[in-house]
Amino acid sequence: MSTARTGLRSRLLWSVVGWLVVFVFFFPVLWMWLESLKTEPQAASSPPTILFAPTLMEFQDVLSGDFPPFFINSAIASLVSTFLVLVLGLPAAYALAIRPVKKTQDVLFFFISTRFLPFAASLVPLYLLARDLHLLDNILALILIYTTINLPLGVWLLRSFLLEIPPDLFEAARVDGAQFRHEILRIVVPLIAPGIAATSLICLIFSWNEFFYAVNFTSSVAATAPIFLVGFISGRGLFYAKLAAAATLASLPVLLAGWIAQKQLIRGLTMGAVK
Amino acid sequence: MKSVSSVLLRSAAGSGGVQTASVSRRESWLRRVPLLPAFIFVLLLTQIPFVLTIYYSFFSWNLLNEGSFRFAGLENYARLLTDERLRTAVLNTVVLTVAVIAISVILGLAVASLLNSEVFGKGLMRTLMIAPFLIMPTAGALVWKDTLLNPLFGLLPYLLTPFGLGRVDLVNQFPMATVVTVEVWRWTPFMMLIILAGLQSQNPEILEAARVDGANAFQSFRRITLPLVRPFIELGALLGSLFVVQTYDSIYMLTYGGPGQDTTNIPFLLYEVAFQGYNIGQASAIGVVAVIMTIIVATFALRTLFSIFQVEARR
Repeated sequence: MSTARTGLRSRLLWSVVGWLVVFVFFFPVLWMWLESLKTEPQAASSPPTILFAPTLMEFQDVLSGDFPPFFINSAIASLVSTFLVLVLGLPAAYALAIRPVKKTQDVLFFFISTRFLPFAASLVPLYLLARDLHLLDNILALILIYTTINLPLGVWLLRSFLLEIPPDLFEAARVDGAQFRHEILRIVVPLIAPGIAATSLICLIFSWNEFFYAVNFTSSVAATAPIFLVGFISGRGLFYAKLAAAATLASLPVLLAGWIAQKQLIRGLTMGAVK
Repeated sequence: MKSVSSVLLRSAAGSGGVQTASVSRRESWLRRVPLLPAFIFVLLLTQIPFVLTIYYSFFSWNLLNEGSFRFAGLENYARLLTDERLRTAVLNTVVLTVAVIAISVILGLAVASLLNSEVFGKGLMRTLMIAPFLIMPTAGALVWKDTLLNPLFGLLPYLLTPFGLGRVDLVNQFPMATVVTVEVWRWTPFMMLIILAGLQSQNPEILEAARVDGANAFQSFRRITLPLVRPFIELGALLGSLFVVQTYDSIYMLTYGGPGQDTTNIPFLLYEVAFQGYNIGQASAIGVVAVIMTIIVATFALRTLFSIFQVEARR
């Protein structure tokens, strides 16, 4: 395919085909952006409005309305749970990579099996527990659940990065009498900064976009961004521009993070298997 | 160089990094200490609730009637066996998962092949292509349903009007096809990313040699490229299906499980029983059944996963 003799014509042809395919896949996102920049009558017109003077009115409307608390809840739930995954996951990954414990494989298997346990497995007791502890509609419940969901992934991912560090580095530090906490903070953390970035990105994506627990464990006080969008389900044609603006804002953090850290994305999604 | 690493293999062999010959008892305990917080956390929030789920599944209990708590033996399971809804939900889950994974793997392979050839603007194409996967699923489903598929104001019915299909309520007429379409839109970029990594790990000289030996594009794709990316396809399909089985957000936003039971999968049925009916015993029994089914699939899936990494490592 990629020989020097491949003619410019076939290169052009495949480029056109490729761009058409990409356009089809990207179109819903583009359309969401376009709709968000229209006025409500323009957004709900038939035939669809293609040429229009863009306005930020709907964004202003959404941002000055009741959307910000939802957004802030999402930010708190994602950031705090991601931080907890790193704090709990890094020592565990260390114990499984640098100074492996007995039955390392079993422990790893245990962690990953919990990630793929359906939420049906623990939903009812977690709900009852949250209810009895008055944690329903409390952001703390979401933080704990998101940490649980992402921790197994974090351990696997961080471990895959730790395995790439030459063991001699740790031996040398230990000979110098470094304490465990120092070993982690001064040697491990700087060396696996890309691993920490990849882990944070994946945790952020999963917790920011999470819907099942968010919609069933919160109602108003602790509701996150996707819950705000549920309010548009019954929309009958009059709120399309506002809907698109809210959808754009709700998707923005993960979209930007994913675009910026494209390299970390594959490795994170495959739990470190594909580099 | 992008390649499937031997990380999993090393863990499968039970060793990684340094390991001293004899580890004293104290030392082996010290090694376990860093593991404990994460271990206990996961244990507390997944395993103990699961044991409770099994326990509740033997009781009849409706939250709307607090006094209704009583031992029911296998009643919940007996009811599930005869429950039409569970059978429908299992069937819908299988249809949805198989359709989404099959279609998105094929499309993902096609797009990855395009992005791996000498096209103009590869980087930008890849960037735009992964957007559907990053968009919040609730937001994506809402945009599809209201701005693209709505029979009165949506773009697609308008574009289909000249073909005599206009103003059709696509979501209501083809509910499962709609959910599959939106999920394929979301998972194709995921498959594309993984398969592209596989394609990029292939040595272009081998393809060139095959060409010199007279192989045409199709032959070298089938005989050289496909075997090479197969592990990546399998990995993508396995991971993807573990996520797609749990689909809930797009169903909630697009069809709410309907019309009737047409798009109710296991997660959505669980939601209905637990949070619409507040039937704790019944919901727990569904949970136990879902776990048993997942264990059957996952054991098979994980074994394949480990063997994939072993094959890779032997190269």
